[in-house]
Amino acid sequence: MDLVQMLVVIGVIIVLVKPLGTYLYHVFSGESNRTDNIFGGFERLIYKLVGFKRREGMSWKKYAFSMIVTNAVLVGVSYLILRIQQFLPLNPNGMGNMESSLSFNTVISFMTNTNLQHYSGESALSYFSQMAVITMMMFTSAASGLCVAISFIRGLTQRGQTIGNFFEDFIKAHVRVFLPAALLVTLILVALQVPQTLDPTLTVHTLDGALQRISMGPVASLESIKHLGTNGGGFFGVNSAHPFENPNGLSNAVEMWSMWMMGAALPYTFGLFAKNKKQGWVIFSAMMILFLVFLSTVYFSEKAGNPAINALGIDAAQGSMEGKEVRFGIAGSTLFTTVTTAATTGSVNNMHDTLTPLGGMVPLVQMMLNVVFGGKGVGLMNMMMYAILGVFICGLMVGRTPEFLGRKIEAKEMKLIAIAILAHPFIILVPTAISFMTDLGQSAITNPGFHGLSQVLYEYTSSAANNGSGFEGLADNTPFWNITTGLVMLFGRYVSIIALLGVAGSLMSKEPIPETIGTLRTDNRLFVGILIGTVLLIGALTFLPVIAMGPVAEFLTLG
Amino acid sequence: MSNSRKTMLTGPIIRKAAVESLVKLNPATMMKNPVMFVVEIGMAIVMLLLLFPNLSGSGNGFGFNLSVFLILLFTVLFANFAEALAEGRGKAQADSLKKTKQEVTANKLVGGALREVPSTDLRKGDIVVVEQGEMIPGDGEIIEGLASVDESAITGESAPVIKEAGGDFSSVTGGTLVVSDVIVVRITSDPGESFIDRMISLVEGAKRQKTPNEIALSTLLTVLTLIFLIVVVTLKPIADFLNIQLEIPVLVSLLVCLIPTTIGGLLSAIGIAGMDRVTRFNVLAMSGKAVEAAGDINTMILDKTGTITYGNRMASEFLPAQGEQESELAAWAAIASLRDETPEGRSVIEFTKVRGFTFDAEMAEGGEIVEFKAETRMSGIDLKDGRKIRKGAVDAVREWVQAQGGTIPGDLEQKSQHVATEGGTPLAVAVDGRIYGIIYLKDTVKPGMKERFDQLRKMGIKTIMCTGDNPLTAATIAREAGVDDFIAESKPEDKIAVIRREQAQGKLVAMTGDGTNDAPALAQADVGLAMNSGTVSAKEAANMVDLDSDPSKIIEVVAIGKQLLMTRGALTTFSIANDIAKYFAIIPAMFMLAVPQMNTLNVMGLGSPLSAVLSALIFNAVIIPLLIPLSMRGVAYKPMSSQRLLSKNLLIYGVGGVIAPFIGIKLIDLVVHLWI
Repeated sequence: MDLVQMLVVIGVIIVLVKPLGTYLYHVFSGESNRTDNIFGGFERLIYKLVGFKRREGMSWKKYAFSMIVTNAVLVGVSYLILRIQQFLPLNPNGMGNMESSLSFNTVISFMTNTNLQHYSGESALSYFSQMAVITMMMFTSAASGLCVAISFIRGLTQRGQTIGNFFEDFIKAHVRVFLPAALLVTLILVALQVPQTLDPTLTVHTLDGALQRISMGPVASLESIKHLGTNGGGFFGVNSAHPFENPNGLSNAVEMWSMWMMGAALPYTFGLFAKNKKQGWVIFSAMMILFLVFLSTVYFSEKAGNPAINALGIDAAQGSMEGKEVRFGIAGSTLFTTVTTAATTGSVNNMHDTLTPLGGMVPLVQMMLNVVFGGKGVGLMNMMMYAILGVFICGLMVGRTPEFLGRKIEAKEMKLIAIAILAHPFIILVPTAISFMTDLGQSAITNPGFHGLSQVLYEYTSSAANNGSGFEGLADNTPFWNITTGLVMLFGRYVSIIALLGVAGSLMSKEPIPETIGTLRTDNRLFVGILIGTVLLIGALTFLPVIAMGPVAEFLTLG
Repeated sequence: MSNSRKTMLTGPIIRKAAVESLVKLNPATMMKNPVMFVVEIGMAIVMLLLLFPNLSGSGNGFGFNLSVFLILLFTVLFANFAEALAEGRGKAQADSLKKTKQEVTANKLVGGALREVPSTDLRKGDIVVVEQGEMIPGDGEIIEGLASVDESAITGESAPVIKEAGGDFSSVTGGTLVVSDVIVVRITSDPGESFIDRMISLVEGAKRQKTPNEIALSTLLTVLTLIFLIVVVTLKPIADFLNIQLEIPVLVSLLVCLIPTTIGGLLSAIGIAGMDRVTRFNVLAMSGKAVEAAGDINTMILDKTGTITYGNRMASEFLPAQGEQESELAAWAAIASLRDETPEGRSVIEFTKVRGFTFDAEMAEGGEIVEFKAETRMSGIDLKDGRKIRKGAVDAVREWVQAQGGTIPGDLEQKSQHVATEGGTPLAVAVDGRIYGIIYLKDTVKPGMKERFDQLRKMGIKTIMCTGDNPLTAATIAREAGVDDFIAESKPEDKIAVIRREQAQGKLVAMTGDGTNDAPALAQADVGLAMNSGTVSAKEAANMVDLDSDPSKIIEVVAIGKQLLMTRGALTTFSIANDIAKYFAIIPAMFMLAVPQMNTLNVMGLGSPLSAVLSALIFNAVIIPLLIPLSMRGVAYKPMSSQRLLSKNLLIYGVGGVIAPFIGIKLIDLVVHLWI
């Protein structure tokens, strides 16, 4: 039964790859196509309203700059809203203004598509803030990410000086991708009994007379974009484990498909841009193989249960159900965990803090690698970075200077990639070390020993990978944590985006070299192996010592 | 000279390199190599702990720290040694070149009179006279005269070569010896810029600059080093939180094991050795960049004559005229060629013997030789008995015969046409008024060329043959040699056009040339190989010079370029793949005291935590000298498709790189554990 459930979810994704990948290609390729008839008019209206006349191509620098400025403006406005939400409309529950470091953390968190939540939505945000800040950013940050990924693909596969127009891509991403998809998923979720209302919190008397407050609100609409945009910030503190966010097995599957499908389809889109579908499937296969390895690890680890509890003679047949919802079971929970950390969504339907040590290692490692599908293109971009690294090292072994998709990989690209591969471990390990060296950091740790290490490590890894899931258990709403994780999210998002767009811009301006029999092929099975090998050797080995001290040591000392 | 250039490693070179590796410990020098610099800093830290044991709290003891210090020291020394060794070989070559660069007295022509000046005073444009037995005082061009010159100082070839004013063989090199005759030379270089000077600085590696790919690779190695630096530095506070005591020497060991010391230590040696292999092949590359570019070549433009074919036409068939016997035609042809010393003439006699025909050599005794002249286009012999034998261009012989009232065989025209369309040259043979038939002279493809072009095709390199021949002849040779494409009736401008066309498609082009009119194309090509026998302008324009003047060597140069890149890639892969085993040695060792269960990760079953650390570190150090021979020689390379090449190298250096250290560390541990 578990296997069937997983196979159905994975199977649907594989089926979706081709149509969705093709659709994304049509939206962004610039060639006229049928989707123009449906959305063209609406887009032209927007262009007219904002006075957006000449939509000429941008250099990578201009593209990155436009994206960052747009994001910065949204951050400014949102920060203001959170700080004065008390005085704004749509606040039936009378929420107060948000504290400054928490506001900083929250807006950065949502703008960077991380959605790390150091607050609980039901007790800290007005409906207006939920919609105008949280939901708005869920759209715009997702669209920003998708635009960057598409322009990166353009740089890698096309020739010239420009990688597209950010504002045009940004509008198209909303109009043709996220808004229609969100509408569809919202309707499905409502049909599956997820609430969608502007009514205030219900206060009811229970049968035995006690007062119960039932939080509600526009949940379904937030839930749909939360997953489609691989955002992850829940309406409620407990996220998708809450029955109003994720009432049953089917809604669980719908949410997984929503967050996974775009990341899975993008490699195919890339293949179409590269005019080599096999190339797309090679990237997809490498991601899928890693995904399956991680899924099996967490599933079997949870299924085996906690050895310490098993040793007490408690029936282990159910596996480790601590922190999991009975309605999802081990399969529905572990699959969701693997998908949400692969797709850098960060929504959770079970508490990762209570996963068994090796089970908890899986989300951690997936975020450290940040290449297994990933949200709207970030995973693809990172995977392409490893592809370039793999080509750089192995390409030499065919006796030519390395080239990828017909472009030479030279010192300039390596310098930019150096920034990106250096940034990730830096912003994870250095803040982790700092937090252990300071009282401010140590005071938040609720578990001693190896698990405490995992908690802190998870928090920063989740921030750096712009995932946003929490290991929870960490008392993290303090200025120290708000500010450090805020900065990590900021660097985690923009440093690698700028560096990788730079790589794309540089490759784009190069004369393509025709492929011969002497060229290293990157669209075959051998390259899938090279790609996985590079990811593991360069990406994973970096984190082995901390993994050994955290989850591995915890596992070995258990029972 | 030639021999000394080919010596591999001699005692003095090794001794010198050993000294040099100590000198290179100077931090200012080490800084150029970030990977090894980090090792040196680590070594310094451990040394401080040795000298002041109170700096860190409880320690693993003096013995352990001393061992770590010594291994680190040797790691750095080994890397320095590899570099010094590669440099040393270049220097040894440079020294032997310097010996030829002695000051000589030149006879400078000043206002019509000769004046003796030291060669170092000569400037560009000066005119000198060089006589038999004198050394040519500087690079220059012959403006008058002809001489045979001994160029063995540069080429290693002892047979003298003929140099003469005008044409493509007018350039002379300073330091070479005039063996006969007198020449007047216009000096073309200032002191310190001569060919030999450049050669010395090239083989010495004094002007060695990192190649583009080396820079890119160094960037990667540096960033990997930085990443592991972050990993190890942050490990300490994290472990402190867990109350796991991590000793600084152990952390330094972990860092050194993880950073890519193997490739970091060998990278520059690989580059120098690659250049050196080209030099030992008697080709001078003006930069490492050129050698690297050679590995990337997509298209190769080759002159037909001299590169693909011998250039001289060889007799390959006798075509008797109507009513004549082949044996008679062969006999007369051979007699006419007896005193003909041209390769064509010799080939006629050879071919007659091959076909098993006999002729009476005595007949030519006392006869009068008729030399080939441009006006007559015939040569031959007037025999004692009065008979005249001629061989030569068909129409010339026909006119000669007709002038004597002879008859022309009816099929002569048709047969000579046939030979011409096949790409050959027809030579008519006549005795007095009678034409015996035609010798089919054919331009022969050098043996082994077809196989070489097949190899090039396997490497994905397209070959284009350039020839002044007509399209028919060109097509025949092209088919025979197996080149991919050809340009017939090509003019020098055509070569440039082809190069530009290929380059516009993003391809890298290699070509060879020797004439002045090749110079623009040589400059345009990504790899231009000029012949040493060629003109100064050709050599200046090219980025490689072949001292043996063998144009077909370009093919080997490409292979050397590829080998250089492959060696770099293979050792990088090996170096990075090694990390897995080192982790499995050190991680359990580091944490085993605090967390005994970590022994589960000790998959190699290493004796003790300390011996595990030392074994990994020793492996990390000794792998460098073990790989020196490979980085000097380059990894084995046979032309094959990139796919097979990659699978093969990945298996050896990737998978091998994962497995080898597991075995190596275990073996070292078996020994080390005897003490710790």
